[in-house]
Amino acid sequence: MQTEFLIQIKDLKASIDNKEILKGLSLEVKPGEIHAIMGPNGSGKSTLANVLTGREIATVTAGTVTFEGKNLLEMSPEERAREGIFLSFQYPIEIPGVSMVNFMKTAINEQRKHRGLEPLSASEFLRQMREKKELVEIDSALTNRSVNEGFSGGEKKKNEIFQMAMLEPRLALLDETDSGLDIDALRIVANGVNKIRRPDTSVIVITHYQRLLDYIVPDFVHVLYDGRIVKSGGPELALKLEERGYDWIRKEAEVSEETWTTDRK
Amino acid sequence: MENDQDKLLGEVTSGEYKYGFVTDIETDVIPKGLSEDVVRLISAKKEEPEWMLEFRLKAFRHWQTMKMPNWAHLRIPEIDYQEIIFYAAPKQKKSLNSLSDVDPELLKTFDKLGIPLEEQKHLAGVAVDAVMDSISVKTTFRETLAEMGIIFCSFSEAVKEHPGLVQKYLASVVPYTDNFFATLNSAVFSDGSFCYIPKGVRCPMELSTYFRINASNTGQFERTLLIADEDAYVSYLEGCTAPMRDENQLHAAVVEIVAERGAEVKYSTVQNWYPGDKEGKGGIFNFVTKRGICKGDNSKISWTQVETGSAITWKYPSCILRGNNSVGEFYSVAVTNNYQQADTGTKMIHIGRNTKSTIVSKGISAGFGQNSYRGLVKVLGKAEGARNFSQCDSLLLGDKCGAHTFPYIEVDNPSAIVEHEATTSRIGEDQIFYCNQRGISTEDAIGLIVNGYAREVINKLPMEFAVEAQKLLQISLEGSVG
Amino acid sequence: MDYRPEVINRLTELWETRDEGLLKGSPDIYNRYRAEAFSEFLRLGIPDRKNEAYKYTNLEKSFGYKYEKYFSPVPGDFREAEKFHCEVQDLDVWNMVLLNGFLPKGDEGLAMLPGGLWVGSMKAAARQFPSLVEKHYNKYAQNENDGLVPLNTALASDGLFLYAPKNTVYTKPIQIVNLLHSTQDIFAQDRNLLVVEDGAQMSLLVCDHAISPQHYLTNTVTEVYVGRNARFEIIRVQNQHNDSGKITHTFIHQERDSFASSNNITLHGGLVRNATWHRLNGENAETHSYGLFLADKHQHIANFVKVDHAAPNCNSTQLFKGVLDDNASGAFNGRIMVHKDAQKTNAFQSSNSIIMSDTARMDTKPQLEIYADDVKCSHGATVGQLDENALFYLRSRGIDAKEAKLMLMFGFAHDVIKNIPIEALRERIDNLVLQRLRGELSRCASCAIQCN
Repeated sequence: MQTEFLIQIKDLKASIDNKEILKGLSLEVKPGEIHAIMGPNGSGKSTLANVLTGREIATVTAGTVTFEGKNLLEMSPEERAREGIFLSFQYPIEIPGVSMVNFMKTAINEQRKHRGLEPLSASEFLRQMREKKELVEIDSALTNRSVNEGFSGGEKKKNEIFQMAMLEPRLALLDETDSGLDIDALRIVANGVNKIRRPDTSVIVITHYQRLLDYIVPDFVHVLYDGRIVKSGGPELALKLEERGYDWIRKEAEVSEETWTTDRK
Repeated sequence: MENDQDKLLGEVTSGEYKYGFVTDIETDVIPKGLSEDVVRLISAKKEEPEWMLEFRLKAFRHWQTMKMPNWAHLRIPEIDYQEIIFYAAPKQKKSLNSLSDVDPELLKTFDKLGIPLEEQKHLAGVAVDAVMDSISVKTTFRETLAEMGIIFCSFSEAVKEHPGLVQKYLASVVPYTDNFFATLNSAVFSDGSFCYIPKGVRCPMELSTYFRINASNTGQFERTLLIADEDAYVSYLEGCTAPMRDENQLHAAVVEIVAERGAEVKYSTVQNWYPGDKEGKGGIFNFVTKRGICKGDNSKISWTQVETGSAITWKYPSCILRGNNSVGEFYSVAVTNNYQQADTGTKMIHIGRNTKSTIVSKGISAGFGQNSYRGLVKVLGKAEGARNFSQCDSLLLGDKCGAHTFPYIEVDNPSAIVEHEATTSRIGEDQIFYCNQRGISTEDAIGLIVNGYAREVINKLPMEFAVEAQKLLQISLEGSVG
Repeated sequence: MDYRPEVINRLTELWETRDEGLLKGSPDIYNRYRAEAFSEFLRLGIPDRKNEAYKYTNLEKSFGYKYEKYFSPVPGDFREAEKFHCEVQDLDVWNMVLLNGFLPKGDEGLAMLPGGLWVGSMKAAARQFPSLVEKHYNKYAQNENDGLVPLNTALASDGLFLYAPKNTVYTKPIQIVNLLHSTQDIFAQDRNLLVVEDGAQMSLLVCDHAISPQHYLTNTVTEVYVGRNARFEIIRVQNQHNDSGKITHTFIHQERDSFASSNNITLHGGLVRNATWHRLNGENAETHSYGLFLADKHQHIANFVKVDHAAPNCNSTQLFKGVLDDNASGAFNGRIMVHKDAQKTNAFQSSNSIIMSDTARMDTKPQLEIYADDVKCSHGATVGQLDENALFYLRSRGIDAKEAKLMLMFGFAHDVIKNIPIEALRERIDNLVLQRLRGELSRCASCAIQCN
């Protein structure tokens, strides 16, 4: 049955400004699984994150995305979030004047409302804030500020994971969460993800490098190249990529195309 | 250290004006002063039809009711219009059949300016209309262009040979009542270039007009009209120089551009009129009205200017974005050194839906120069989805100059997004030190930094001229290190 | 038809009667400037849109109206003033209520607050501190082609005087509540002088309220002297109604090492124009100019700022924001002037506006005029809508589009509000703004005046 998958992406095609970026991507993730999507720059990694969260930069031209049996592509960005999809942004947005507290309270209560739950009491909310802050080792001073305003790169990424802890998603998309982090920050961020993850939480880690996968160990690794998944395997694939770079994938992918072209001549 | 810098500053700003020579040629000059008779005389000299004379007279009568504008951030000395000669023409044979009919002195002059009029010698892919004082001397590549239906000739010829087109478009963008200088120009304009690109034609070469003032005590009043019909494309460049003279000379030109549906016009200017000497004596008063209209949908007009010359510059190349999805651009580098003054910028008038405009203005002030950016971004109520981005930077070299920014932003539509950014700064000591530490002299470092600063604009020029403009920038700033 | 000649005639008639009340009732110090100021007013007139500083502001709505009472105390119901309670909770201030521009109790002597700060009427000040008033009065106000400043100098009869002598510090803010309450239509003028001497501190909160539905016009001139190493803060909260006009001209003169900040919060008013001049006259001074307005219906809100860097090593910031709905119009005209010797100047200016409806409009004119080379100056201006990226970020966390917009708008406004140094007031204004953004206040449900 379809519902055994948390998310099922079938032959997904998407374009930006009429240029096709995703060219038929398929991926299935079961509850509790961790998938890593790796690929060189420009392969379509961030576009995938945009399409799954409903950002209107990219237009879906074909394919389906089913999330817990529901058509994800029909939903607004906030509906997707309330259904349990969380994106850790590659470049978290600064929102001057909007306090973290107000921001998180609104987000949590909107999601609770969606699930038919009462809003959190102020004290319960603050208790959770406190607890989750410790979990991701985020400085209290940061949560008293405006959303991401004046945060360093590392603080912004920590703040993303803190929000993930608060919102307890079903599926977390980590878009280049490791980029620009020093090793300590990387460790804190990765451990944060591991600590807040419940057994049925699924994670899609989108990354260029293998090092994050030392901490968040994937069940499956997929290589995204030119808008398609061209290779899938276990954690060992990530190591191989780290060792040999993307060139061999590029060659592998291109060789087959060249053969095809030659045949036609 | 301070002294060293001052010395260096002195050396770098003392660059000489390369184009200050005078051509010794017999010139047909009318008596100085301005009256209805003078307007009639100019028209008669040009053997103009009645409608052209009527246009001039209407403008002249209107001009007499007008006052010189005083809102700019400029100190303009009193101009006595009765002391100016309004028509001066190098004497030539009546009709020029070939280049051999052109006075060799004239050919030499343009050679010296780097504008050879022999087609085979000329920069590949650039057609030139050479204008000396009040008349067009020679237009190159006319025949080649005519094969594609492109009309490129002097304004006087256009009046005679294409009266329909001239009547249709003349003053359709800059009406004769527009402003003091445009109205004056409408009354007394002598020559200029006319260009028409027919439907669907991409002009295969750069079109260019080179303006040269030679005679003394004369004003130069040229008029350019550029029409790109539907889906046509043209890139157009103008350059200008003048001899070094102690008196100020007036240049009041009008440029009109019409871009029909889907057309694109690129208009580039490298303005290097004589800027006056180091004490601020002499130099050209450059009071110019340039305006284009994106008349049809999806049309585009792009202005690029490198303004290094003139004692006073007063010009605002503008775009009326009437067609839906039309695009206006303005890229400008303006340098004021010694006692030069510039008040320049643009107007972007958003009328059509989804119209877009970009303004990049880079001012550089040195010596006692005063440099102002003045711009208007106006979004009308119907201009749904209009976008503008403006970036106006000023760089100061030395502590006796000034840099000013006067942007006007008027928004009457909720879907519009208008952004304006401006900065004023001087070259950072740390930047210079960094260069020094890598073995680059302070003078070269400043050259590098200034060129880097202006690159965004220079890059918009056609390649042949970008190099020229870069050199010019360096020369204009010689001796200005602070 | 130009409405102005008739108004100027009316004001001239008023001027002709100056012997009867105005001159007799005013100290010499003020009277000596009147004649020259009035001729200056006649020369400059009432500014129209040909005046660069009023390019986007048409004063006709307020100045063309025929008021019943000009520039003199209205026999008001002073009990009304006494009854007035500021609705801001927990606001710990020293409070004084002015009625239609005048001290309700009339011309009593100056009062001394703990810490040694003096407060009272200008008339009393001229008696009690004649040489001080002499030294500062009419020394900082500039005409700059604005006839309304000399009009005030010529015809204002009284105003507020605040004096913090050398090194005096009164820690509480002083709250001045300007009530407009009358059965007649009034054109009022007040002329204020605030002197903060070397090393002293003063924090002032000025609240403008209209509590009866008459037509009002106020033309206020305030001169502020901030001495060496002194500190001055002024916050204006303007909450009047659609038939009221409020014109303020505030001149803040700063000496070296001083600090000043001005914050104009305009919540409601038919025609409001706040002009604030900051002159940095000594080295190492710092000044801030903030403004926030929310405008709807046919309101017009204009902010004019000029920061004059006349000395080196000074810092200035300007931050102005506005939200415009319905047929409202807004204008921002800000200018940074850096004089020749004002090296090492840091000047920053930002103006951001959000337009909510098809019929609202915003005009912005930020200007830099710089004659020194070792400076860092920048300005940024935006007019537009909410940031799409920020909107998506909020929605991606499950917040619906409408709520997300509201949050962003609130954040947009809070950027200015957060600079209010009085916490209780900051919270109150946050709330007022939030209510206003939710549309709860735009119907003026809480207001007894059905002005529209």
